[in-house]
Amino acid sequence: MRRLRQWGPGLLLLSPSLILLAVFVYGLIAWTTKVSVSDEHNALGSKGFVGLENYTKLFTDDINDRFVHSLKNLLIFTVVFLVGAMLFGLLWAFLLERGVRGEGIFRTVYLFPMAVSFVASGVVWRWLMNPNKGENAGGLNAVFGGLGLDFLQNTWWTNPDWGMAAMAMPAIWQLSGYVMALFLAGFRGIPQELREAAAVDGASTYRLYRNVIFPQLTPVALSALIILGHMSMKMFDLIMSVSGPQWLTEVPAVYVWQTLLTSDYAKAAAISIILLLLVAVVIVPYLIYTNRAEKNT
Amino acid sequence: MAFSTLKGGGRRAAVAAVSVAALLTATACGSSDDGGGDSGSKKVEVFTWWADGGEKAGLDGLVAQFGTACAGQTFENGAVAGGAGANAKSVLASRLQQGDPPDTFQAHAGAELQDYILAGQVEDISGDYDSWGLKQAFPQGLIDNLTVEGKIYSVPANIHRANVVWTNKKVLADAGVTAAPTDLAGFFAAMDKVKAKGITTPLAVGKDWTQLMLFESVLITNLGAEKFTGLWNGSTDWNDAAVTKSIDDFKKLLTYTNTDRDALDWTDAEKLVMDGKAAYQLMGDWEAADLDAKGFKDYGYFTFPGNGTTFQWLADSFVLPKGAKNADGTKCWLKTVGSAEGQKAFNTKKGSIPARTDASPADYPAYQQAAMADWKSATQVPSCAHGSACSQGWQGAANSALGAFSTNQDAAALQKALASAAQQFVKK
Repeated sequence: MRRLRQWGPGLLLLSPSLILLAVFVYGLIAWTTKVSVSDEHNALGSKGFVGLENYTKLFTDDINDRFVHSLKNLLIFTVVFLVGAMLFGLLWAFLLERGVRGEGIFRTVYLFPMAVSFVASGVVWRWLMNPNKGENAGGLNAVFGGLGLDFLQNTWWTNPDWGMAAMAMPAIWQLSGYVMALFLAGFRGIPQELREAAAVDGASTYRLYRNVIFPQLTPVALSALIILGHMSMKMFDLIMSVSGPQWLTEVPAVYVWQTLLTSDYAKAAAISIILLLLVAVVIVPYLIYTNRAEKNT
Repeated sequence: MAFSTLKGGGRRAAVAAVSVAALLTATACGSSDDGGGDSGSKKVEVFTWWADGGEKAGLDGLVAQFGTACAGQTFENGAVAGGAGANAKSVLASRLQQGDPPDTFQAHAGAELQDYILAGQVEDISGDYDSWGLKQAFPQGLIDNLTVEGKIYSVPANIHRANVVWTNKKVLADAGVTAAPTDLAGFFAAMDKVKAKGITTPLAVGKDWTQLMLFESVLITNLGAEKFTGLWNGSTDWNDAAVTKSIDDFKKLLTYTNTDRDALDWTDAEKLVMDGKAAYQLMGDWEAADLDAKGFKDYGYFTFPGNGTTFQWLADSFVLPKGAKNADGTKCWLKTVGSAEGQKAFNTKKGSIPARTDASPADYPAYQQAAMADWKSATQVPSCAHGSACSQGWQGAANSALGAFSTNQDAAALQKALASAAQQFVKK
């Protein structure tokens, strides 16, 4: 009875959010899973259970290997996006940390793109990344042409092999500032004593960063990677507004949407679950790791 | 700080991942509280994606006609705007699943209706076709394309033609091309002439679905009307040699097109023609109304070379959903849509032509008059890019296959992809 009094009020206060989560997150995940193992391929509804057929078909029997192609696109996009955003974010944070004049202004300038929605920036980048070259060039290609840098003119996202790397550019532009903010907070969180101790030991600036500061930034870098990683894997709005839904730039999230429009619920659900698992593969180990780290402190 | 952001992010991840499921079970978007539940309702909720422009004007014309023809019934606009109908279709799907259909909804006539028919969501209205005299008013080719296992489920409000090539007259005159080509060889020769004048890409084309339209026209040329229609009902094999030849011809056509095609929509390609950067564009005949609206006068048009008297049609149509609250009102709406007055009120404003063959051409602009004359005499074939030949799933697969071909130019892969799409989606 006393124990109930101890945790009862807390549970009561938590229960609305618990119920909402149970229904709208975990309940719907369960529902999606159920649809993904059914044969609900049109508005007719489901006739029965088909096991993992929808999943295996995505990998073995999809026309033109469409799903594998979309995964490949996602891989290129994610790698370029993560590497680019981390590099720029770290670079900017490092410069600001070294004490650039007018830090407040630069911080705002770099962080601001994050406030723009992917849809809005996508429309602008669609125009910037106009694939025409030579006299028909527009956007960035026209700028390159005007500067006499014609060799830099590019087909951007319409390139069949590396188009997704171009598609990652707007995302890098938008989120580098965020990564910068994370790293800057990391830099500022390192106690001054450590730097002083290193200075007393006679460490050079390079050794200071290499052996004292950067190791302390690892948790921040990991957080940044996870946050960007799961955003990247669910990327939808940016691609929809730059290229629209089409083969060339299709990623799983866009494929889900396309499949849903043709009423193939089972296939759409199967892709969604694969997407969920992909994100979980990244996030769950991280959650376990941070949980352990918190217990240890 | 980073950690707390992440926690929020993780939850958002889960929410996003199941939003698909949410869509499947989503509550209908507020349309269920319109008080139409009682059987004595006199409201007819008309569900469309016609929310602005010529389409809205056409709908208004229809509504005015409905007001006079169906006294006592009131029109209720259930339009859902955006996404070229994609938004409306997803709202409609969830309403139908919950058994809360609008009194009537817009759908492309033909095979795109197949899913609704299979699911038993729309009623057979063949009987009304007889009593309203529509079987005599519509050309036999259209009736054949509309009929599914002996039954008809929809009333087309308009007809558009897909297989039309639009030209920039000035560019052609400069290049010394005077006559419209009548076969593919002539078309290539004409485009070579234009190329010689420094226009490197004489044929303007846009992203996947516009390429599918172009490819379908080539198929009509090489297979003829009957075998082409057979591609979509399973009686013609996609591995046919004529299809192989069509893919080769199509591949050659693509060499005459703008290289940024995948980045363009049809209006961007249209602009290439208007700006004189291209001479030709294959597009549906809504381009006539669009060119007129944009003030571009110097355009010509001809049926795609080699298509002869084939009229590749597409149409918006209305249906009677099962469980419509006001079935009498819906039938009166459908009757208005099919009537001579209704078709005139709609099509003169939207820039399409009436499905009826008894309309008076004098009421219509120049292009439409020519199209109406063709409509009466030509052979009707459906279009997959616009849903009259194939279901939505098939259409999606075909668009994707054409999109892939646009980048990899792999003829064998395209034929294989189209054949397996047919195998998956053809009516069994």
